[in-house]
Amino acid sequence: MQKMIKKYFALFALPTLIAFTVAFVVPFVLGIYLSFTEFTTVTDARWVGLDNYVKAFKDPDFLKALWFTAKFTVVSVVSINVLAFLLALLLTKKVLGTNVFRTIFFMPNLIGGIVLGYIWQLIINGILYQFDVTLTSDPKYGFWGLVVLMNWQLIGYMMIIYIAGIQNVPKEQLEAAKIDGATSGTILRKIILPLVMPSITICLFLTISNSFKLFDQNLALTAGAPSKQTTMLALDIFNTFYSKAGFEGVGQAKAVMFFIMVALIVVIQLGITRRREIEN
Amino acid sequence: MVDDTQKNRPFLFLVLLVLAVAFLSPILIVLMNSFKGKFFINDAPFKLPTGDIYVGLENYTSGIQKIGFFSAFGMSLFITVLSVAAIVFFTSMTGWFLTRVKTKWSSALFFMFVFSMVVPFQMVMFTMTKTANVLGLDNPVGILLIYLGFGSGLSVFLFSGFVKSIPLEIEEAVMIDGGGPIEMFFRVILPILKPIAITVAILNVMWVWNDYLLPYLVIGTEYQTIPIAVQYLKGGYGSIDMGAMMAMLVLAIIPIIIFYLICQKYIIEGVVAGAVKG
Repeated sequence: MQKMIKKYFALFALPTLIAFTVAFVVPFVLGIYLSFTEFTTVTDARWVGLDNYVKAFKDPDFLKALWFTAKFTVVSVVSINVLAFLLALLLTKKVLGTNVFRTIFFMPNLIGGIVLGYIWQLIINGILYQFDVTLTSDPKYGFWGLVVLMNWQLIGYMMIIYIAGIQNVPKEQLEAAKIDGATSGTILRKIILPLVMPSITICLFLTISNSFKLFDQNLALTAGAPSKQTTMLALDIFNTFYSKAGFEGVGQAKAVMFFIMVALIVVIQLGITRRREIEN
Repeated sequence: MVDDTQKNRPFLFLVLLVLAVAFLSPILIVLMNSFKGKFFINDAPFKLPTGDIYVGLENYTSGIQKIGFFSAFGMSLFITVLSVAAIVFFTSMTGWFLTRVKTKWSSALFFMFVFSMVVPFQMVMFTMTKTANVLGLDNPVGILLIYLGFGSGLSVFLFSGFVKSIPLEIEEAVMIDGGGPIEMFFRVILPILKPIAITVAILNVMWVWNDYLLPYLVIGTEYQTIPIAVQYLKGGYGSIDMGAMMAMLVLAIIPIIIFYLICQKYIIEGVVAGAVKG
């Protein structure tokens, strides 16, 4: 049967493969190559070795963006996951209207990053106006603005995954613990938390990669203002490509390093998940 | 779950109610401001649109005109519907094919699809735009091919994972009855794939509809989707027409809320399924 299906390669696999080659394989390979060259239009590429990488590391904007992104990722990952988990605990206690609440909390996740950015620009500027400052007066407003925005967008999503995890905890185990006189704190720490570990891993991974790769929200909320101090990595790469003539090669080198950082996060994540699955 | 929470239920309900209002309020505040004069928005976003401040639908008419909202809506709809249809149609076939044909080539291809899921857009942003230009794909039809290609990683992966759970006997039975691979896939396998096809469709609708950077770079100078149009309203020149912005934000959110309310069950299930496997 395998041989028979194989003959139909042109129908079943070729269309996807052509699109995949055009949209991904060629741009990816070309991107790696161009990161070692100086170019403005691709055809005029000239080999410069590691020059672009050296320039990228000497670029204070890049290092600032990396630091800002790292700080932002840590703060938003912790806050989103703690709040989403608490919300999931609340919603798994049979409270009236659980489904309606779930629907409401999840909704912001569907709104696109650009629209989200402008919604929060209005709200945050409105609050700061009372104190005679704006979102772009100080980078700390932009930072916390992005954290709040990200929490609003992702808490509902993570909450749904945590709810699924909590609902998988066997009821018998909970009842047995209660009969043995365990407090709800002990039950949470000793029974619920270990059993929802798979959900925690998924949520950590999703929030880390979403925060680290953030672009649209950053562009709409502050666009990096004041003076590039709230620029995240993805936006810095975009700016290097499109608003600094002659820096295309450096932009591509930054993009390759960005890819390597994202890939490292994924590899570490997969390693942890694998190990835990073997342990169980 | 735990007995001692029973007596706390009215309190818990109240906490959730307050949180729900807090979650909804940003959208409601934008809605409220969309009816206010443009000079009363930045300074007093929490004031109700009463008296002189109230301008009716003025912001909507001026915003729709300024960014050509309806053509942006049409463009978003065109690109989203057709590229998601293409993704579901072609990657379901590819996912099935790569799972059933086990050679070193098919494994290598599958690995490349999975690998592409890890690569952030910025890595290929510049070169993909150039490739699209050279090949003449920088138009609303060409971008469909780009979306199929860039979206194929996750979609092939999800379909392939589902195909593994379908017993081979079903396909063998088709073959014994004299059916070929075309019949096998379209008559028998495709209907079985329906649940995962819904998941793939939902995940891709959410991505393509909200996507900003890819369409901006590939077709943005000539054709605007909704996110591009909203960003365009900000313009390069400091002062934003806040009234028009509020109205356009509301119009951008409405289709999403309608879509959510109609397909809520599928969306939540699909997003969770995609997250767990992806």
